[in-house]
Amino acid sequence: MSEPARYNPQPPRPAWGIRPPSKKNISTDLPILTAPIPKQVVIPIQQCLGLPARPIVTPGQQVRAGEPIAVSGATGAGPKLHASISGGIHAIEERPVPGPQPTTETCVVIHGDGQDLPYNGYRGVGDPMQLEPDRLCALVAEAGIVGLGGALYSTADKLSTPHKIKALILNGAECEPYITCDEMLELEHADKVLRGARIMMRALNTSLAIIAVERDMAEDRVALNDAIEAAGDRNIHVAVVTAKYPAGGERQLIQMIMNQEVPEGGYPSDLGYVCHNVATAAAVADFFDSGRPLISRIVTLAGGGVEMTRNVEARIGTEMRELIQSTVGYSNELAQLVMGGPMMGFLLPDHTLPVTKATNCLICANPGELSPPRPEMPCIRCSQCSQVCPALILPQELLTAAARHDMGALVDLGLNACIECGCCDYVCPSHIPMTSRFIEAKRALGENQRETQNAERARKRFEKRQERLNRQNSERGQELQEQVDELAESPEQVIDAIMDRVKSKAGK
Amino acid sequence: MIAATLTIGSLVAVIAITLSIASIRLRSNRNDALEKINDLLPQTQCGQCGFPGCRPYAEAILIGAAQINQCAPGGDATIVAIGHLLDRPPLAPDPAFGAVKPPQVAVIDEGICIGCAACLQACPVDAILGAAHFMHTVITTECTGCELCIAPCPVDCITMESE
Repeated sequence: MSEPARYNPQPPRPAWGIRPPSKKNISTDLPILTAPIPKQVVIPIQQCLGLPARPIVTPGQQVRAGEPIAVSGATGAGPKLHASISGGIHAIEERPVPGPQPTTETCVVIHGDGQDLPYNGYRGVGDPMQLEPDRLCALVAEAGIVGLGGALYSTADKLSTPHKIKALILNGAECEPYITCDEMLELEHADKVLRGARIMMRALNTSLAIIAVERDMAEDRVALNDAIEAAGDRNIHVAVVTAKYPAGGERQLIQMIMNQEVPEGGYPSDLGYVCHNVATAAAVADFFDSGRPLISRIVTLAGGGVEMTRNVEARIGTEMRELIQSTVGYSNELAQLVMGGPMMGFLLPDHTLPVTKATNCLICANPGELSPPRPEMPCIRCSQCSQVCPALILPQELLTAAARHDMGALVDLGLNACIECGCCDYVCPSHIPMTSRFIEAKRALGENQRETQNAERARKRFEKRQERLNRQNSERGQELQEQVDELAESPEQVIDAIMDRVKSKAGK
Repeated sequence: MIAATLTIGSLVAVIAITLSIASIRLRSNRNDALEKINDLLPQTQCGQCGFPGCRPYAEAILIGAAQINQCAPGGDATIVAIGHLLDRPPLAPDPAFGAVKPPQVAVIDEGICIGCAACLQACPVDAILGAAHFMHTVITTECTGCELCIAPCPVDCITMESE
């Protein structure tokens, strides 16, 4: 038995990061509201990072809430997707989906029957604490659970790591302004988070879980500690990190709590840690408690364009406009809609897109509420960006390297360590949109590296082919030479042999 | 007098030995330069530059037998990179050696292909799979888009499509 991992329950204030106005208080005043069942849902089938999905239902088919409608991954073992309401499959077609760039995606459209009949196929999957870790991971994928922090990475994949895991870190440090969906979850369902944590610990075969919350979330800390005490659990602990953006970044959290830096290009599991969002843990608990797969999530509805700011539990696939109208109500229907927080979120083209598993927050922003882009001015080399950068890279240097498309310099300066948090944009006195430049540079760098790899492969194939052709030529030459030599040595024998062969052929 | 002679003499000896060792050890390697140029070329092996492959073209550039702007698949980026390496001013791509096009892959119309195996010999990177009297197909991930398979095809069943 290795010694338990040492962690820092109250990490010191980090040097990096920023403190934008939090704007969180208003949305934590009211309890989570369960949104009414929508009449129609549009469920994009691609809701897991990197695993292509395909629908397994056909239009006209009747489904119940929670019934699988799509599978993902080459073997279909990836996270499934489930009908979020009961009713009939109306269509499977391309529809616009929310994303940083406006795109369309294959979506399953379900017209609800208004009855919300539950699917019973997952009842009694068994006591999770008796199941083997492999089986637990398979069930987590079956439940369609993905990282609810917004990354949508397959939770089952993260739980079935080959590494020896020292600690499970549950990320409840929601650092972006406005967003409070995890905060409210911890407050109202602390016991559910703990149950999920225990299942995840069993799947990871680890005996330590640390739930990270921000210093601002005093009530959450109390709720979680009370729940831990009530359960008499000695293996789950709460760590309190400074309320600074982006303290809730996976790497930043591990750096603060575990005092270890995740290497660029590496994963936390390389160091023996696995990080999951608290909402993901709650979703795991939900599935094993009641056989309910991931068909809803908590969404923070905020901004000046809504009547009240509140967290609502919405079914996946609900139209955003319908969700707002049926819960908090619009005060300004023409407001811009931003999905995610003001730092890393993106502007949506309209209000009719569906809620996905990644929709943690919708900000209905009045004009001027979120800082509009200001005219860009030249860099004055003030280096404020490098002081706030949580990845400890030099944004100003990267910016010049990106401007001259110097791929070597971009790699050396650690472009790929950039987590696109937007701290540099926030502090830049010249209003340079650095993050978007870095995202573009990352894309170009990836393309460049792919091209180099392709060229290298083509070169190897070409060289091998040349080698083979040369070898074949020399072998053929050798054969001919041998025949010539034979002829020179004993011409009669060779000629007789040839004559025999010709005669035997002619005889046939 | 003797001291001065010895001093200068030994100094000369030391310098002479150091220089002769250095001249052997640090000899500028022609192959190094060749590899560097070759690395910058896109390795399509298309021969549009007038040389049978990327390495022969790199050799030609090195001995001054070719300009740096004869690689159409590489386009401007390759010209700039080679110019930077060899400290030569970048030139516009020479249209005599083919037009600069976006990346492409060859596609065989399998309904027309007669299985003649002519394209197999033409492909510089063995990216066409097939045998005599069997249908051929292009391994898309390995195809460099060199277009060398198009001319040998007797039934014109190969087309270039953008990736």
